[in-house]
Amino acid sequence: MGTLGPDLILYEEEARRLSAALQKLCQDAKARAVFLIEKSGQLIDAAGETERVDAMSLASLAAGNIAASGGLAQLLGEKGFNVLFHEGERDHLHLSVVGQRGILVVLFDQRSTLGLVRLRVKRAAEELANIFADIARRAEQEAARAREAFQAQFAQITDEDIDNLFTS
Amino acid sequence: MSFINYAAREINCKLVYYGPGLCGKTANLQFIYSKVAPTTRGKLISLATETERTLFFDFLPLELGTIRGFKTRFHLYTVPGQVFYDASRKLILKGADGLVFVADSQIERLEANIESLENLEANLAEQGQKLERMPFAIQYNKRDLPNIVSIEELQTTLNPRSVPWFEACAIKGTGVIETLKGVAKLVLTDLKSRT
Repeated sequence: MGTLGPDLILYEEEARRLSAALQKLCQDAKARAVFLIEKSGQLIDAAGETERVDAMSLASLAAGNIAASGGLAQLLGEKGFNVLFHEGERDHLHLSVVGQRGILVVLFDQRSTLGLVRLRVKRAAEELANIFADIARRAEQEAARAREAFQAQFAQITDEDIDNLFTS
Repeated sequence: MSFINYAAREINCKLVYYGPGLCGKTANLQFIYSKVAPTTRGKLISLATETERTLFFDFLPLELGTIRGFKTRFHLYTVPGQVFYDASRKLILKGADGLVFVADSQIERLEANIESLENLEANLAEQGQKLERMPFAIQYNKRDLPNIVSIEELQTTLNPRSVPWFEACAIKGTGVIETLKGVAKLVLTDLKSRT
């Protein structure tokens, strides 16, 4: 798949599993919302009271935050800082790296506690890492089929299709 | 890194605007933000210093429309241009699907352009990537100023491979959308050619 390393391709089965895991985490951690983000800043999925948050901006800033922390860790000879916590007056953010390529962001307020969030995140992280591993495995095992599906969807894209994106 | 979500029927791609300090990367995003319909764009986020120099990055998500039933989203990022922010530039560059090099056309900035382009290639090499294998376009900015290098010289110096290039005056918006369109086309064509 090109020169840029593997793309993330999410199929319905894994999408459903990720969604279920995020909803469970949101309930168990008594969080306002949870967000799953790819390390390059793409929002993968979210659960909870997401309508009050600009999820896309949150995703890019959280990824920047994790990337900067990773840079700091490297400077100090650490493997990484895998958990970040931001404490606000009303709302707090718990950010953690899951399954190599994911970032889990939990937004919570006085209805929950840092201890509860940490505990629930730890449990959910295992499940999420498993799903990410399945996504990677599927990408590897079904590379040929994925290519076919991809071809069916995108190989027919014409210059006109692309031009049309800019006319509206 | 493009992210294709079959469940939500979405394609998400990352574009990075690179170039020397004060070349007009942020101005590109600001113009795009002001030009596109509010329904198709998210917030423009600028992590800048008090003097409005980019400190970490600018970010603008754009929803271009639907292509073959898939919502097509581009995430536009700029890097900080100043030489000493190299660590930040490397972070932003990760996972880019397409690149725009914004060159400052002024005579006194030619060296800075060359240095920044070399820096881009070095940072890509660190990530195991090569510029010539990436969707890449060059924008010659500030064409409205009097003391500028000719296009011929810029082409010879900065664009020996003759990748798509655009003349611009980003502050006024000239050439900005054309550049975006040009690089978006390269990214989508690249995505398509991977099949």
